[in-house]
Amino acid sequence: MSEWRSSEAARGLALVGPTLLYAVAMLAVPLGAVLVYSFLTDGYLTIIPEFTLANYAEVFSDPIYRQVMARSLGVALAVTVATVVLAYPVAYFVAFHVRPERRSLWLFLITIPFWTSYLIRVFLWKVILGYNGVVNATLTGLGIIDEPLTFILYNVNAVVITLAHAYAPFAILPIFVALGKIDRTLLEAAQDLGESRLATFLRVTLPLSVPGVVAAVLIVFIPTVGDYVTPRLVGGPEGRMIANIIQLQYLRLDNYPLGSALAVTAMAIVTVIAVGFVLSLRRYLRVRQ
Amino acid sequence: MKGRWLRAYTVLYLLFLYAPIALLPIFAFNDATIIAFPLGGFTGRWFVELGKVPALHDAALNSVFIAAMASVSATVLGMLAACASTRYEFPAKRPIMGFIMLPLVLPEIIVGVSLLVVILRAGLHLSHWSIIAGHILIVTPFSIAILSSAFASLDRSLEEAAIDLGETPWSTFRLVTLPLVMPGIISSLLIGFTISLDEFIIAFFLSGSEPTLPVYIFGQLRFPQKIPIIMALGTILVVLSILLLVTAEYFRRRGIRRAGGQDSGGFLG
Repeated sequence: MSEWRSSEAARGLALVGPTLLYAVAMLAVPLGAVLVYSFLTDGYLTIIPEFTLANYAEVFSDPIYRQVMARSLGVALAVTVATVVLAYPVAYFVAFHVRPERRSLWLFLITIPFWTSYLIRVFLWKVILGYNGVVNATLTGLGIIDEPLTFILYNVNAVVITLAHAYAPFAILPIFVALGKIDRTLLEAAQDLGESRLATFLRVTLPLSVPGVVAAVLIVFIPTVGDYVTPRLVGGPEGRMIANIIQLQYLRLDNYPLGSALAVTAMAIVTVIAVGFVLSLRRYLRVRQ
Repeated sequence: MKGRWLRAYTVLYLLFLYAPIALLPIFAFNDATIIAFPLGGFTGRWFVELGKVPALHDAALNSVFIAAMASVSATVLGMLAACASTRYEFPAKRPIMGFIMLPLVLPEIIVGVSLLVVILRAGLHLSHWSIIAGHILIVTPFSIAILSSAFASLDRSLEEAAIDLGETPWSTFRLVTLPLVMPGIISSLLIGFTISLDEFIIAFFLSGSEPTLPVYIFGQLRFPQKIPIIMALGTILVVLSILLLVTAEYFRRRGIRRAGGQDSGGFLG
């Protein structure tokens, strides 16, 4: 029996081996290199292999970096809340009110925009929110406003709207999967025992869907903190986020150690927030499905 | 009653999702250089202009080559990992699979800068291969998600029957397993191709002197007079991606039906 087990383990490891090796070589090693670089000294166009904490000191003391980091987290938080709250009813509808054989069609319709030309989609938000854009043309045309609105483009609002749109499908899928796993007899039992529909939702459906909500939050929050294209195209100078600063350090100023320290700091902060979030909800994550 | 409100909400939500894409063809056929309302007349000249830009053709060819290499490699790696995770128990299975799936949530800029650091440190030059390396990394988790459901819905007794009838493990794989998961493989290839074709940040960091299509588009967005051409290009790209995705979805569903499984919804399910 143990021999069979060890041979199964060996075959499994042998099969997953190449993929794991690739991930180690192309992800773990490079991430390690970034970590090492963040402790080296920048010598203008060269890197001096001297250990220093100066990069981190600069990241944490420079008010610009602190402001940009805080803004990135704030934008990601706003986007995550908006995306998950708006997505939940859609996932609920597909899971509970669509016939099973039609569900994959609805999900397919929801995911299509996510796969199509991210760059051009973000640019189109500039067209929608711009001075002569769709929103302003419509509102002035209807006589609701006299002057085009200017507070909707080239600032943090525009970044939040655009990102919330871009990440919408990613929030729907995990919530849908969690809702689909809920045992329907539990809902019937709650109603038979006299709970109202709202109470059934709040006391049974919602707690059981927490794993999906947690997955949706992580899958939206983590990538949006590091988004580059949206703040660059619709954010203007006051909408810059951490990825724009990292790009500036690496590709424009050629200061790899400082860029690395910024990247490591951002990842560390995001990891702490994500782990804290998951731990705070672990009571619901252990629910038997 | 409640379902009706939810349906109305979902339809509105879908309109919100599709709104930007719906604007693309409007401006692609609009006879004005400025992308704003009110619209000018109807024209097809921006599509004709597309044919006259050699830099764009080079970028498109670069993108197709990179997307093809990345999707084929990621599908092979994804198949190995999906097979291992659906069929075998091995030590540290959860952390190993978690680590391989990590690029799904990791911001792409982190993948981009970390590969840039290593490639330059190793004294290598940026080329198509550096972009391919990055794209394999981000496409592999999607391949694993698609192929895991293909392997999970596969009836193992068919393979056991082949072994009992005297086939070797390799010929069983070739004659029984491979044809049954083939729709999943095709779906994974098409999704991987679409992701790589559309990916910008990693390509932006690792492209060197030969840009991919998104990197080329990004460069053009700075020039207002080039925007209508980009709208025409965007229209073509969106139509192309939708065709690829519809084909991928068709094969994914056929694979699940062929293996006798129940369709659970999207492939991320």
